Formats: sequence, structure tokens, C-alpha cells
Amino acid sequence: MLTANNSTKETPSSWLILSCLFFLFAGCESETAVDKATREGILLMGNTAEPKGLDPHIVSGVLENNIISSLFEGLVVQHPSKDGVALPGVAEKWYPVNKARPDEWIFELRKDVRWSDGKPLTAEDFLFAFRRILTPDLASDYAFMLFYIKDAEPFHKSQRAYLLFRNNDEFPLDWESLKKVDFGPNEKADEKSFNRLGLDHLDSKQLEELKKEPGRFTWPASVSEDVRNLIIDKSLEFSNSGRDLWDLIEFGATAPDPHTLRVKLNAPLPFLPEITKHYTWFPVPKHVVLNHGSIGERFTEWTKPQNLVGNGAFKLKSWRFNDHIEVERNPQYWDAENVGINGIRFLPIANLFTEDRMFYDDLLHVTYTIAPELIEYSRKNYSQYMRNELYLGTYFIRTNVTREPFTDPRVRLAFSMALDQEAIIDNVLQGGQKPAGGLVPPFGGYPVSSSVKFDPERAQQLLAEAGYPGGKGLPDIEYLTTDKETSKATAEAMQAIWKKHLGANIKIKQMEWTSYITNMFDKNYDLAAGGWIGDYMDPLTFLDMWMKDAGNNRTGWHSEKFENLLDRAGQTSDPQARFKLLAEAEGIFLDERPILPLYWYTRNYLLHTDVKGWDPLLLDNHPYKFLKLQRSADAPR
Amino acid sequence: MSAKNAQAGSSLWRDAWLRMGRNKAAMASLAVFTLMVFLCFVLAWFCKDPNAVTLTNKFAPPSGDHWMGTDALGRDLFSRILYGGQISILVGLVATAVSVCIGVSYGALSGFAGGRIDATMMRVVDTLLSIPFLVVVIVLQAVLSDWSSDTSSWIVTHWKWDKTFTDRLTNIVPLFFALGLFGWLTLARIVRAQVMSLKEREFVEAARALGYNRFRILVRHIIPNTLGPTVVYATLTVPGFIMYEATLSYLGLGVEAPNSSWGILIKEGANFMETHPGLLLIPGIFFSLTLFSLNFLGDGLRDALDVKASKD
Amino acid sequence: MFRFILGRLLQGLLVLLALYTITFFLAKAMPGEPFTTEKNVSETTKQYLRKLYGLEKPLWQQYIIYPSKIISAGDFGVSTSKGRPVNDIISQSFPVSLVLGLGALTFAIGIGVPIGIISAVRRNSWVDWSLMAVAMVGICVPAFTVGPLLQILVAANIPGLKVAGWGSPLDFLLPAFTLGLVSAAYLARLTRGGLLEILSQDFIRTAHSKGLSPTRVILKHALRGGLLPSVAYLGPAFAAMISGSFIVETIFQVPGMGQHFVNAAIARDEFLLMGVALFFGFLIILMNLASDILTGLLDPRVRIGKEAS
Repeated sequence: MLTANNSTKETPSSWLILSCLFFLFAGCESETAVDKATREGILLMGNTAEPKGLDPHIVSGVLENNIISSLFEGLVVQHPSKDGVALPGVAEKWYPVNKARPDEWIFELRKDVRWSDGKPLTAEDFLFAFRRILTPDLASDYAFMLFYIKDAEPFHKSQRAYLLFRNNDEFPLDWESLKKVDFGPNEKADEKSFNRLGLDHLDSKQLEELKKEPGRFTWPASVSEDVRNLIIDKSLEFSNSGRDLWDLIEFGATAPDPHTLRVKLNAPLPFLPEITKHYTWFPVPKHVVLNHGSIGERFTEWTKPQNLVGNGAFKLKSWRFNDHIEVERNPQYWDAENVGINGIRFLPIANLFTEDRMFYDDLLHVTYTIAPELIEYSRKNYSQYMRNELYLGTYFIRTNVTREPFTDPRVRLAFSMALDQEAIIDNVLQGGQKPAGGLVPPFGGYPVSSSVKFDPERAQQLLAEAGYPGGKGLPDIEYLTTDKETSKATAEAMQAIWKKHLGANIKIKQMEWTSYITNMFDKNYDLAAGGWIGDYMDPLTFLDMWMKDAGNNRTGWHSEKFENLLDRAGQTSDPQARFKLLAEAEGIFLDERPILPLYWYTRNYLLHTDVKGWDPLLLDNHPYKFLKLQRSADAPR
Repeated sequence: MSAKNAQAGSSLWRDAWLRMGRNKAAMASLAVFTLMVFLCFVLAWFCKDPNAVTLTNKFAPPSGDHWMGTDALGRDLFSRILYGGQISILVGLVATAVSVCIGVSYGALSGFAGGRIDATMMRVVDTLLSIPFLVVVIVLQAVLSDWSSDTSSWIVTHWKWDKTFTDRLTNIVPLFFALGLFGWLTLARIVRAQVMSLKEREFVEAARALGYNRFRILVRHIIPNTLGPTVVYATLTVPGFIMYEATLSYLGLGVEAPNSSWGILIKEGANFMETHPGLLLIPGIFFSLTLFSLNFLGDGLRDALDVKASKD
Repeated sequence: MFRFILGRLLQGLLVLLALYTITFFLAKAMPGEPFTTEKNVSETTKQYLRKLYGLEKPLWQQYIIYPSKIISAGDFGVSTSKGRPVNDIISQSFPVSLVLGLGALTFAIGIGVPIGIISAVRRNSWVDWSLMAVAMVGICVPAFTVGPLLQILVAANIPGLKVAGWGSPLDFLLPAFTLGLVSAAYLARLTRGGLLEILSQDFIRTAHSKGLSPTRVILKHALRGGLLPSVAYLGPAFAAMISGSFIVETIFQVPGMGQHFVNAAIARDEFLLMGVALFFGFLIILMNLASDILTGLLDPRVRIGKEAS
């Protein structure tokens, strides 16, 4: 029978009987769930959804980060209240080898760090973790977070030909002259051709076939027959040797001794410690991972509750699918005596209203967010719990610069200037968001842009200059957005605003998430709702996505001048000079305005006053070890 | 159909009408429903623009200017309800009509034929019942999203129809398609169960003994006797269709924002139930009143048709 | 009877095959793929992922591989969005949905059928009209309104009842009520309608004229036939109830199966999607079979055994 899988072991009838019994005792309960949890030192946390997994190398979401950062710890730890400040984590000390050009860093690891199973944690675990996330077979979505490390990128992208020849004296040409050849996979290529798979990804058998039938891979005419054959032969030779590409590279991360980690980068990176706070840089227990499978195996049992071993302040206690994940104190943690709470219970509450109502009913210490419709209500009735904090993110509307009328920068500017940011924030979103003056949200020492302003007269003027006076001649404009209620309300408000100021006719296209993403990828839109949350504390996380081939661009816009500035900034060590270059790049971007910035994000959520030591952080990455739970005087009801 | 039969048929319906006229609840319902249709399809044209946004005037309480207040974007709730009612009443009635036509003929045929034909037909229903509806909707959305705007612009250029009106119309056609595709399945099962019971009854055997052909027996004797449960079930499915429309519209297969429908108003109003219950309650009252009247009308119709069971 | 059931189950296999075929091609026809995310996933990575899940193979191979794995190893594949086997997901979430669905069914039958009977007996009286009005409320107020109303008005004010969550045994009350409400209303209306149909028939009149009490006539003679529409309705409705509901589960934070139908479709998680669709198809087959058998028992004139021939 088709469904003869092991479906259930619990008998439902015993459940029903149990529930009847409990009817009798239910009335006696007087302590609320939050009171009980505070007493026990357990943080009850809303976490939107079931995580896709707990393997730091495979997941890529914020909600997974919330759980993983309790189970694992990186080289440095986020300061509980100061943005961009690093506290010692697994590393005791860290410094660039050359202060003037910070392209090589040394991390001195603590000698007393242990995994939760008692085994010592060494630099080798970090090296293993780096290699694992970069291993192509693992297919990690987030491997690019490590591309700063020398040779990480060509290894992850399996750039075999490049690695074979870049230092090879026999090669008749300068490798750079082969830049036009697309060695990687090309999804637009003919299905039968090897261009589809990419020359670098062919196995021995396929390379043999190619030798017989050279026509199956299309080369640019500039590459001579000899060079072609040489590349194919060498690739085949390497493929037959059975060696791993890893042997070909000079990987930047090394361990001179078990407690020292040396990281050589492609370019100076003054904020490397900030990046190592991200879970892609966390160590994983080599002995446990390899015990359950090979380095490139994606689905192994090592993250199962009974197997998972971490180095964080907490360890996994229980995990019921779609119900909760609970972590408890990790006695092996190096700083265990300074951990303020006994555990955290993560609840995958997808429905925002349910989450808020659970908070009102004393079932949660902290919510993931507040439903925009309930912000007003929460402010009125639960103001002492309301948190409204600046967050490192920008909400914007992409324009498709390959389609009329947005091919004309004046039209883009007109739409941006006609966008009454404050009216939308104050009346629709109501979450205290900040009108976006530019692309990069305000933080640190970066000069914030203020070139995006509401100016309907100028907007009309620009639109007229572009040949659409008063909106005459403008085609119907398709605005692509998701199936969320707030997206729809925002869309309707903007529709009315653009109609009023520009006379433009907007058609709102709502779609569920994947269709929306797919249409955006295919540039099948005129305007599309979008946004970006920073991955780390640097303007670059908002800027480098607009390069020509960056996967998240999706507007069709690119500019050589912009990319040159980013390149130059990448080679600049002095933070002030670097910020200046980046700001200049942002200026160019905003002059062209392929996106219409709407607002800078704020995080709105409810936080119980029993939770102490939870301060606003731009990346919202609160380190749990510094939290405390204490019954507060103004406890509700 | 012979003249005699036609006459018999018409007198049957006339009798039914007379009986219905004596049913107080049904007549009251008819009045309410007529009023709703009048409000939505006639009065609506004299109301404020339902899509005029005034952000600063959001959540205004009822006043002389806005009889039922305004919504989250400061739009007039009353005219949104009336305009939304056009879509909802249309969707409810058309989708139900489609599902009744398919469901009754399919179910009756299946139950009456019996044997292999019945088994095959019912297994088709089982299959269709199990298909994940959302997937169908996503695929239809992808296939039909361009169809709507293309058709609309074709009609506007060739037939010179009003653009807003045509857009609204072509947008809801895919909706009928999606709802019609799946709406009839349970009804077909209900009708089949009835027919299987009816076909063994004395009056059917009598008809058979008289030598009437099978088709005539099915159409003239059996199907009329299934109309009771059919009417009851069909009226039950109307609210389902109307609420489904809201879900589908959110997925891009139906009413395009900023236009509205009762389903959408209720769905969005439900989000404000703590703070502005009126946004849920007022559209909810219009919706419920219409459905109440439709159901009591359905009951009246059922009662009026009922006598045949013993007469035939 | 045994032959009839066996025949139906064999037909069920064909239904599952048809269902699989349709779902498979529909899943492929949806725009996007499982690895479409808002983050920048490189083509290389996507290729590895496709290979990992066997999605790089020609369509016809994929079409054959999935069912053969099910038949040979009972393996429904690995969910691309949850990163765990579909078997695990179903086996962990179905028991929850079953408990909830049984609760909802009990509630729906326990309230719906009696209301329908009373209404039919007191036909066109104020009792009938007010009961039917109540039933209409049940139909008109959608679950996404009932659920939050219960949370705000009931759960928040009664100690012991939680707004949402699934841990203590009382937690199933509110979601079961919400889930069963519409069916209760349907059953009330269908029972009333079905009974009225029967009550006007000759054999009931005969029974009345013999001097039997109306209650006895209803319970002993009319109810059997009168329940036919309800029973036909309950087949698919019960299958739907025990396979969970997205709305009820998300409102009350229930770890049931219904949410996977929606989430899998949105995430283009075709293995999970086909897994739950086939499972649901299996339930539909079973429940419709049960409902047909019940029809035969209620109304002996319907000879169900005949169709198996």
C-alpha cells in the first residue's frame, strides 16, 4: 500500500482520555507560563517558523540564526549593547598582522574551550568548518560569506581550469586573457551542450567524450585550438588523478598551532571580526560531523537532537517538529558560570496575530515581531513592552531598467521623488520606520545620504522632461508584490500617491512568495517591492549587490563607474578614505536610482520586562549569554 | 419534448411559485436579497469612489460624509462594500450555478448508470478531491495572469469598452475557472447517493414497467427528486465560494487591488478586530444577510418543489 | 462485501496513480524551483542541489523514480524546504491532526445532526428558523474570524485555556471547535434537508397513519434515509478534517499536517507536496469507501456490492 509508512505510534484515544482527565485539574493553574518560565530561568521566544535545520553551513535564515547562535559560538561575540563591538568568544585575542594593511589576521584561541561532549575545540575545527562550507557538494547557500578568504571562491566554484593554469609556466597565454570563456555552468546554454554543465564541472567520462566531439563545448573564437586541447587534456589528467581541488589551492586559513588561527584575505578587511560573528564562520565539531558522514554530505544525522554537539552557551534539550525547540545550559561552555539564563524555548509561530495574542496572554517573553495592524493596539495596552528599534535594513522598490518607461533615469527619479515616504510610514506602516534618505541605513561612521526626498513638483517636472507630461503617454505600470496584507496596503497607498502626483496608472500584481521571486528574477515586472537586511556591519553589504553580475541585482542596472569605486574601496585600508569611496559609489547609484528607497527598517516587537540585559542592536543579534530573567515589579495583571 | 410535457412542466413550476408565495420566510428573504442586489448593482453607481485614498482620514467613524466610516487607507467603507458586493454576489451565484450544473448531471449520471461507469466516474471525483488546490491556483495564476490583461486590452481596442470595467471583468474570469473546476465534487457525491437510493424506488420501477426510456426516467423522475438536497447543499456552498475568492485574489487570481470584494473586506477587517471591529462587522453583516436570505430562499424553493416526490 | 472492498482498494491504487501523475506535472508547472530564494544562490550551488535531490534528471526518469522508491522502500523522499524526510514529517504531524480532526468530527456530528433533526421535525416554525439561523452563522463566519474571536473572548479570559499552543491536553478544544464549526452547520442543514425529503414520502405517511409517535417515526424510519446527504458529505469532509487545516493550525499554533499542503506548495517542495497529496488521497479513498458502505447500510435499497462486479 502506498501510504504504509510508519505513520503513528501514539494512539489518539489515549490522548482523548488524558485530555478529559486534565479537564478536572485545569482550573487549579494560577501561575502564568511566563511567570513559571521566569522562575525557572527559561526564555520563551517567538521564532516565526520551523528552522530548515540546525547545520550552520546549510541554513541561511534569520530564524535559524536565532537558534544556532545559542548552540554555537564563533571567534568573537557580539557585545550585548554596543553595535560593532566584539567581545572574546572562542578567540581570546585577535589582530591584523599588519595594522596598516589588514589583509591577514591572527586569532589566538582560548586553550580551555570544549565541545559540549567534552572534547577540546582547536583551530583544526575551524579549518574543517571553513573547508566544509566551501565544499561544492555541500551546496551551501551562504558560502559566499567566506569568499574574503584567499582562494575560497575558486575552490567553492570548482574553477578547475583556472586553478590548474594560473601558476603553470607551460601555459602559453596569460590566464587573464581567457576571461571571456565561461567555464562555469550556464543555465541558458543548450541542454545538450557541455556549456550548460560548465567545462569545470565535467567528469572524466564527459571530458573523454568532449575530446572525441570537440563541438559539444562552444569556445569563443579568440581561443586557439591548441589552448583548447591543452585545457581539456590537463582537466582530464587532473580528473583521472582522483585528487581533490582542495590540493590545488593555497587556502588562506591555516593553523600554525592548535590554538592559533591565521586568516589570509584577498584584500584588506578592517571589519573582519564583525564578519566572523556570522554563523557561517562558526566552528563545527569535526569528530562528530565525520562520524556521521563525509565532509560534503548534506544530509547526515549529526544535527539530530541526540547527536548534535556544539560549543555555545547552550545545548539542545528537546525538539518537537513544528512545536518547539528547547536549549539548556551547556556545562562545558568556557564561560558557563557567567551565563545568566538556564535555557531558551524557541516557538515557531508563523501567524503574527497569534504570536502577539500569545504575548498578551503571558505565553511569551519576546515576540519575533508585531503585526502592523496590532501596533496601535499594543501601544495603547502594552506600551511598557513595546520595542521600536532601528534595524540594519532598507525597504525599496526595484525598477526594471530594461523596460519602458524605467529605462529613463528621469522617470525613475520622478517616481522616487513622488513617493511620499512619510505619509506611508505614518499612516500605513505605523512602525516608526525612518524615511530612507539613501540606500545604506545610518550606522557607525558612514556618512548617511539624504538625497532621496519627497518633492512632487520636481518629480512632475522630471516626468515631463522625459516625455510624459502629467503622466500622459505612460503605459500601465505593473507593481509586483507578495500576498501579505501589509504589502497590499502599502501597494494601494503608493498606487494612490503615484496617481495623485504623477498621474500614473499602477496595476498591482499580488503573488505568493516563490512566484514573486521568480518573476523578479526573470525581470518580469515594472516595479517590484523589495528590501535588504544587512548581513554584517558595513555599507558594502548594501552596495555590492548592485554590481553587474550580482545575483540580487535583478534590476538590469549596472555602472562601470560604480563598480570601479567599489573596487578601489576594496583596496583601501584607511576606514575614513574607504567610507568616502563607498559613499561616492552610493551617490552614483542614487543619481541613477534603479531602486526607489522607501524606508529604513525598524524592528517592532514585544519584550517582557522580566527580561534584563536585552538592548537594542542594529543587527538584532542579541547574545543570549548576557540575558537575565527576573520577576519585574510591573508584572501584568 | 412534446407540448403536453412542456405544459405539465410549466404548471409544476407555477405551482411551486404559488407555494413559495405563501412561505413568509422565503418571501422576506427574497425581499432582502433583491434589496442587496439593488444596493450593489444600482445604488453603488451613485456612491463615492470606493478607491479614493485619503491617508489622513483613516479609520474615521461613521459620519454624514462617510456613512459607515473609512478603512485603513481612509477609503469610504460603504461604497467599498457596495462595489465589493457586485463581485461577491456574482462570484457566489455564477460559481454555484456552474457547480450545480456539473455536479448534478455528473452525480446523477454516475449513480444511475452504476457498475463500471459509476466506479470510474467516482474515482475521478476521488482524484480531483485529493489534488492540492493551492498548486492548481499557482499554476493557473502563472498561466492566466497575462491572459487577463491581454484579453482586456484586446476588448478595449476592438470593442471600445470602458477600460476599468473590462479589467474588472477579465480579472474574475480565471476565478470562475478555478472555482468551477473543483466546486462541484462533493455535490456530485451527494446527488449520486440520492440517485442510487431513488432508482430502486417504486415509482422508478413503475416508470420502467411503462417502457419509458432510461434517459427520460433519469431526467423527468429522478433528478427532480434530488433537487431538495441539491438546493440545500448549493446554497451552503455560496459563502465558501465567496470566501475562497478572497484567498485567490491574494494569490493574484481574481480581484485586483485596489478593487474589493466582501471576502477581501472581511479578511482584512478581521485583522483589525481588536482595534476597529467595525471593519469586520459591517461587511460581515452585509455578507451574512445576503447568505441568510439565499438559504431561506433555498429552503423555500426546496419546500415548494418537494410535493413532487409523492405526486409523481 | 469483502470482494467489494477489495475491488475498491484496487481502484484506489489507480486513483493514487492518477493523483500522482497530476500532482507531479502540476508541481513541475509551477513557476520557480525549490532552490529559488531571496538570497543569491549561485548556479553552481543550484546544480549541486538539483543533483542531490535527483532533480537534474530528465522528467520521465523523475516521474518513475519517485513512485518506485515509495513502493520498494516506503520512502517519500526528502523535503527540500524542511531538510528532513517526508515520512518523518507526516508521521509526526498526522497524529496531531488526527486527534484534532476526531475532536472536530465529534463536535460536528454531536451538534449538527441533532439540530438538523429538531429543525426538520419543527419545520417552518420559529424553532426551525432560529436553529437554521444559528447554523447559518456557523457557515458565514469563516475560520479565520472564529479562531481569533475565540482567542480574544474565550481563551484570554478563562484560566487553563491557552490562546494558542499544543502541549497540554486542553489545547485541542478551541481548534477542534473552530475546525468543526462549519461542518456542524453543514450537517445541520443537510440533515434537515434530507429528512424533509423522506418525511414527505408515502411510507412515512403510512407509519404516521398507523399511529406511531412522530419521534419514533423519525428515529426509526426516516433518519436512515434522511442521513444520506450528510453521509455523502462526510466522506471528503472527514478526510479533510483529519488531514488538518492551514488556517486553524496557524491560528492556534498546532503542529498538524494541514500547513504542509500550503507551505510545500509555496516553497515548491515537490516531494513533501506529493507526499501529503498522496497521503490525503489515500484518506479520501478510505473515507469515501467508508461513506459508501455506510450509505448501503443506511439504505438497503442501495446495493453497493453491485458496482464491484
